[in-house]
Amino acid sequence: MRKYTPKDNVQGKAYYTDRFWVAPRVPRTSVEEDSHFADIVSALKKYAKDSYVEVGQLIVHIKPTDNISALSILKEKCGYTQCSELSAVDYLAQDGEFEIFYQMLNVTEAARVRVVCRLKQGEAIESIVPLFKMANFAEREMFDMFGIVANNHPYLKRILMPEDWSGHPLLKTYPLQGDEAASWYEVDKIFGKEYRDIIGSENRDPAKIDRYDTKRFSRVGYEVQFDADISGGEKENPIEYSKTIMANYQKPSKKLKERR
Amino acid sequence: MQVTNKLTPFFENLNFERNDNMMVINFGPQHPSAHGQLRLVLELDGELVTKAYPDIGYLHRGIEKMAENMTYNEFLPTTDRLDYIASTANNYAYAHAVEKLLGIEAPRRAQVIRTMLLELNRIISHLFFLATHALDVGAMSVFLYAFREREFAMDLMEDYCGARLTHSAVRIGGVPLDLPKGWLENLEKFLDAMPANIKLYEDLLTENRIWKMRLEDVGVISGEDALNWGCTGVMLRGSGIKYDIRKEEPYELYGELEFDVPVSDRCDSYGRYRLYMEEMKQSIRIIKQLIPMYSDTQPQLMAHAPQYISAPKEEIMTQNYALMQHFVLVTQGMRPPVGEVYVPTESPKGELGFYIKSEGEPYAYRLKCRAPSFFHAGLLQEILVGTYIADVVTIIGSTNIVFGEVDR
Repeated sequence: MRKYTPKDNVQGKAYYTDRFWVAPRVPRTSVEEDSHFADIVSALKKYAKDSYVEVGQLIVHIKPTDNISALSILKEKCGYTQCSELSAVDYLAQDGEFEIFYQMLNVTEAARVRVVCRLKQGEAIESIVPLFKMANFAEREMFDMFGIVANNHPYLKRILMPEDWSGHPLLKTYPLQGDEAASWYEVDKIFGKEYRDIIGSENRDPAKIDRYDTKRFSRVGYEVQFDADISGGEKENPIEYSKTIMANYQKPSKKLKERR
Repeated sequence: MQVTNKLTPFFENLNFERNDNMMVINFGPQHPSAHGQLRLVLELDGELVTKAYPDIGYLHRGIEKMAENMTYNEFLPTTDRLDYIASTANNYAYAHAVEKLLGIEAPRRAQVIRTMLLELNRIISHLFFLATHALDVGAMSVFLYAFREREFAMDLMEDYCGARLTHSAVRIGGVPLDLPKGWLENLEKFLDAMPANIKLYEDLLTENRIWKMRLEDVGVISGEDALNWGCTGVMLRGSGIKYDIRKEEPYELYGELEFDVPVSDRCDSYGRYRLYMEEMKQSIRIIKQLIPMYSDTQPQLMAHAPQYISAPKEEIMTQNYALMQHFVLVTQGMRPPVGEVYVPTESPKGELGFYIKSEGEPYAYRLKCRAPSFFHAGLLQEILVGTYIADVVTIIGSTNIVFGEVDR
């Protein structure tokens, strides 16, 4: 029987886990009264679903629709004038949701708050570019890597990957090896499809070693003449690529689910 | 008949003639002043930039994706390739974030060595900034002088860890090696020579008429905008906001050390240049304080946390249980507790932070590298508008972006 591999998370896994092993948790503490963080929590009371302190930083959970109002309170009332980072975590396989976090910095108090919200698959989040211009690049990166659309973003386009790329690399469903299409991508793009026969597919395995290549590799103890043919008529095996299964999260259909 | 493809396009249908002064030019991705693979699409009205569009991603290697498929120790050498000018700063930022997640602290000798290496790397990185920035603006000799000292600093790094650029000299839980014999003396010699060298650069540049004309009031960014665009490090302090993570949220030994945080309210490239020079002097001051601290420490180099960190070599070779632990840690990787951390550090470029989300697996569930240069590259679309084409190179140089970090 073939080994079962889950298709909704194709990332690397530990090859062995003790069955009685339970992972401990980083300690979370509740917000101390009369601290700076307590003021933040009371200012965000209307929006905060949950709040606690983890590794010295306040974490506030909000609804994804409240992100603009909560962040503007943080910026205007609480002095969190810089958003250091925003991005997402893929929890589609477990919950069908993305976790989006906004990492905020208060320059005068030297305090950091992380605002976290859970966004359902296929939904869009409101862009925070009107509040923090750094989101211009950060939300583009989030869109590029996860396919999360930010509404009213001035220029929502791929940023790190090529514009004609398909798929979003940081999804857990994204394959770890390039497929057939990836090995022809650059040849098609630079020269055109008609050059495929002349140029050949791209070697996308950086560790590939041709056993019979006597130009670039030598064999210790079995030295031969430069460029000698030592294959004895045997052919090299071409590299095999895994089959890509792309899931479109914008349109969840039953058929697609079955295929996955 | 010409065979057309993307490399040899058929030009006859394109019309280059226009009646106005508008022009769209493509700056990079292969441009010596782009400091890597930056492509800028500039819309010009005469020589005035009316719109700038930074196009990044030419050096994208998917480092965050790699982090999700590597054990925590495996990933550490990959962080060298972020900001390759100051690798130790990246190694440290990552190792420090994982240590926070694990709840461990490096032993004191490791902390002294790490802080020394971090500051030595800051000098290396700032010298590189100075050299390339001056070269971009046209001061060739500064480039040669600054690279000479940078070589000596890199020789010190080489003596310590064997590598000049990709150090991996900081590990999760400490450092792998003690300082070699005579290293501190060499370091001291280097530090003693540095002030005279910095004075040489300053004599060449600070009051230089051409340098001032090229840098003053070029690339002006207000403090509010700097915060809004996510600027950190010198970009933020150059706009009058005194925020240095080493001072405000001290990590490693910075809480015990005496140093000043230079701030400039000029908000322009010249102010930032002065800050870089001042920061080098402060780094020298920090390392000078660290040298006597070294001899007061115990020889332990890696934190004692058998669940996460392998025991020292002699224990592995002599004790069965240490060997078993080591075997499990090497083959399976450490399993940090479930949780998330965001740990900021002050790298030479600005705030370098790692957000790590752990689900208790040997692989990070999500790792986000908050790279300062990424946001400084985003800033270019605003800061370049309204400047002249001749100043574009100065401004890119002044933001000190490194593309290993921008594209990750």
